[in-house]
Amino acid sequence: MSTLQTTASGPTRWPRFLLSMLGALVVWFALYGVLQPAATYFSRDLLRLDPKAHLGSAVEFFIFEAPKVLMLLTLVVFGVGVVRSFFTPERTRAILAGKAESVGNVMAAGLGIVTPFCSCSAVPLFIGFLTAGIPLGVTFSFLISAPMVNEVALALLFGLFGWKVAALYLGTGLAIAIIAGWVIGRLKLERHVEPWVYEMHAGAAGPANGSLTWDERFVQGLEAVKDIVGKVWPYVLVGIVVGAGIHGWVPENFMASIMGKGAWWSVPLAVLIGVPMYSNAAGIIPVVHALLEKGAALGTVLAFMMSVIALSLPEMIILRKVLRPALIATFIGVVAVGIIVVGYLFNWLV
Amino acid sequence: MTHIEVLGPGCAKCKVLFEHADKAAKELGLEYDIKKVTDITAIMGYGVMSTPALVVNGELKFSGRVPSAEQLKGILS
Repeated sequence: MSTLQTTASGPTRWPRFLLSMLGALVVWFALYGVLQPAATYFSRDLLRLDPKAHLGSAVEFFIFEAPKVLMLLTLVVFGVGVVRSFFTPERTRAILAGKAESVGNVMAAGLGIVTPFCSCSAVPLFIGFLTAGIPLGVTFSFLISAPMVNEVALALLFGLFGWKVAALYLGTGLAIAIIAGWVIGRLKLERHVEPWVYEMHAGAAGPANGSLTWDERFVQGLEAVKDIVGKVWPYVLVGIVVGAGIHGWVPENFMASIMGKGAWWSVPLAVLIGVPMYSNAAGIIPVVHALLEKGAALGTVLAFMMSVIALSLPEMIILRKVLRPALIATFIGVVAVGIIVVGYLFNWLV
Repeated sequence: MTHIEVLGPGCAKCKVLFEHADKAAKELGLEYDIKKVTDITAIMGYGVMSTPALVVNGELKFSGRVPSAEQLKGILS
């Protein structure tokens, strides 16, 4: 019976695939559950480190956080990879074409999360959207949401800060994408798009990548894990090492005077520093987590992170091919203001 | 004669697709030529929004993916 199932192809194969996925999930949760006691045992009993000393505290932090974050990252990237197999940029464009502006902004920001997107294809995507008649502001809602609300950032925030901060990030990230896109639409900046873009005749949509079997969707999820986790894990580890160092050696409340609630100028400054910084979410979040522990305010820290992730210099340079400097400056300005507002809001709320 | 075109502005994934396609065509023993298409106008002409994409004899086969050389053999033959 089992040999029959392994050799069979097509629909008969996917229950087997589903079972192995369920098995992997059970193993995942079992491992996740023992991480904390294992880290404590390793650091205190095997290495005989004092959890209250600098080194002991840093080592225990690293041994617990590193596998935890990498496991969460794998699970979330896999899940998002499977969800993304249902969406293609072509399909997203078809959904957005002909939508009224406000509704379009909301939908574009939402679709920005689930549509596969790489900043290297920002230009073809931008032209593809505009030539299909999607308004400029709606296109921007997509272009802001796609990099900012990404699965790596969400997985790390969830792992290090808990679900509340992850949900806050998701909610405010979407809000910035929707509002900034809407504002750009109201400003009527179409004349600052390079004119050849509108003259371009994009061919009809390419072949839809077809309807996939569950098998193929799982494979896409696994490929996303191989691709993304394979690329970001060194940054995660370096980030956690730096975070562990801060955790162990930097005194409590050290950050309070620099990045605390009292320092009003800290939010705009954090955004300003974040724009030219181009680090992926994977490296920055563990560091930010450690800073927060030492008295930095949540809003300031969120603002810094969003600025680093959403306003990246390389993407601006790519977009310069299709956008005039005035429009790029407006784009940066509107998004930066949105991030600053979010920063103050959280410093005031939490 | 099979004409293979790899569409993409020159990102890392585009290079990988070019290598995979070249390898697949060679191993199939095809009589072929292969080139990179980096011009955005040409790319948009195929309606491609996510790169890299593969065009064989003027027909768009897929976009936004990097299949393995083995998988590409099925598409090329």
